[in-house]
Amino acid sequence: MSEQSQDVTAVKAPEGAEPPSDALVVAENVHKNFGRLEVLKGIDLEVERGEVMCIVGPSGSGKSTFLRCINHLEKLTAGRLWVNGELMGYRQKRGRLYELRDSEIAAQRSDIGMVFQRFNLFPHLSALGNITEAPMQVKRMPRAEATAKAMELLERVGLPDKADAYPEQLSGGQQQRVAIARALAMEPSLMLFDEPTSALDPELVGEVLDVMRDLAEGGMTMVIVTHEMGFAREVGDSLVFMDDGMVVESGVPSQVLSDPQHERTQAFLSKVLF
Amino acid sequence: MSKTSTPNRATEPVTAVPVRYPERWIAAGAILVLAAMFVHMLFTNDAFNWPFMADHMFSEPVVRGVWITLSATVLSMVIGVVLGIVLAVMRLSGNPVLVSVSWLYTWFFRGVPRLVLAVLFGNIAILYQTIQLGLPFDNYWMAWLGMEGDARFLEIDTRTVLSGYTAGLLALSLSEGAYMAEIIRAGLQSVDKGQTEAAQALGMSRSRVLRRITLPQAMRVVIPPTGNETIAMLKDTALLAYVPVTIELFYQLQAIGARTYQIFPMLVAACLWYLAITSVLMVGQYFIERRFNPEQQGNIRNRIVGGAHR
Repeated sequence: MSEQSQDVTAVKAPEGAEPPSDALVVAENVHKNFGRLEVLKGIDLEVERGEVMCIVGPSGSGKSTFLRCINHLEKLTAGRLWVNGELMGYRQKRGRLYELRDSEIAAQRSDIGMVFQRFNLFPHLSALGNITEAPMQVKRMPRAEATAKAMELLERVGLPDKADAYPEQLSGGQQQRVAIARALAMEPSLMLFDEPTSALDPELVGEVLDVMRDLAEGGMTMVIVTHEMGFAREVGDSLVFMDDGMVVESGVPSQVLSDPQHERTQAFLSKVLF
Repeated sequence: MSKTSTPNRATEPVTAVPVRYPERWIAAGAILVLAAMFVHMLFTNDAFNWPFMADHMFSEPVVRGVWITLSATVLSMVIGVVLGIVLAVMRLSGNPVLVSVSWLYTWFFRGVPRLVLAVLFGNIAILYQTIQLGLPFDNYWMAWLGMEGDARFLEIDTRTVLSGYTAGLLALSLSEGAYMAEIIRAGLQSVDKGQTEAAQALGMSRSRVLRRITLPQAMRVVIPPTGNETIAMLKDTALLAYVPVTIELFYQLQAIGARTYQIFPMLVAACLWYLAITSVLMVGQYFIERRFNPEQQGNIRNRIVGGAHR
């Protein structure tokens, strides 16, 4: 009896308890302030399963901050963000938000891979160690299984002979590919890329983009903050242009890039080479 | 046309008269004379009584004192490092109570001289005649609840637990903990924030990030100054003589000196013993620092940190 009445209340859950759609990522009015500085001023976004979304815009527009909000590396100031139907970082009960424990946030994050501009490989571990660390530590995967899987991933990113190399012995492009393999080892349902090629020498950009293209073709859901307009046009399913903490324009990449509607988008694209 | 080098052009070596430094030669000469005077004094001044020193420097109680000195160094450093890690993590935890307790601890134990600490801990029995284990503030709340007796389960005489050696060891370890806390905090803060973020993004909890990612990387920064601390600690074990710890090296040497009225030879013996041990430690430190030289980091990671994971 009481269970049933609880069910009823669940259906009439207070506003915001359930994601408004069943997209993989749902951002609703996301705000982020750093002190008095308003970095995000209300982002509404949805990323469907299997979608590759590229976020472009001038530096300081809040693209990276928004990406970091998705896996709760930054706490939202206002708004809601769901990944896979789960509210990130909080639990909502009877109209109140409760912060999740560190271990619960960690569990949420383990389903979201992230690739950083500066790679952030662990310098004290080999390429193999970097990849096996999280599966062994977080998922308690046996070493043999984790190693086999890591070798498979190294093969996939084209570095099967670099398993024992340490990060500093690898080029930037190789490090970034190991970083992608490291994120993939957790079998995430979503991959976030924060300007993955911006710290690379120009001749090394291609090898990283190739790996990302393969990943996209394999059906991975990806949110990519990038300045590579050519890549965004070719691989992206959608393109979002952000400026000053807001989404200015979004749509099919080829359309936004060739026929931008908003003057800020036009001004930005006119200055970008691609 | 840009200039390019022409390898076939004849080269003329530079030949010039070097600058002379007569003042250096004068200074070196003066120092040599002073050094000769010092060595002459070592051999002619009878107060040194070298044969007596040689006889007693390796006597049984002195050699036992050396072992006490070494064990106190190792133990207080181990306890100090563990304490330092705890204090550093507390200091960086963000919890205001933990942060201020850690700060207060460091403030106290860095502010009070080790000699004073050693004597203070040697006299701790004045403060607590017995050490009791039980619930805190029992006399207050049991009276308030109208209960009889107390809530203490275990009672030990302080002097049996905190004898000279343990009291001195405690003073040195607690003091070392404060210094190690600062060193380890600096090490933890030297690790790039991106490392923590990358580990968190992989789903590692905060404590796991600390254990697996941050601390191992902090060690590179922490180990060289820890070597310095170990050498300093070896010398500071001489302070145990004032707790007093009678079996300790410096106490033993002084005791022989006092008994035989040969004070100076025994002080020289103390210098030689401490010099000998610190020299050994300095050789060890030289190799450790060479391993942790930034230019050889790749090698270290392979040999020390990376090797453990394969």
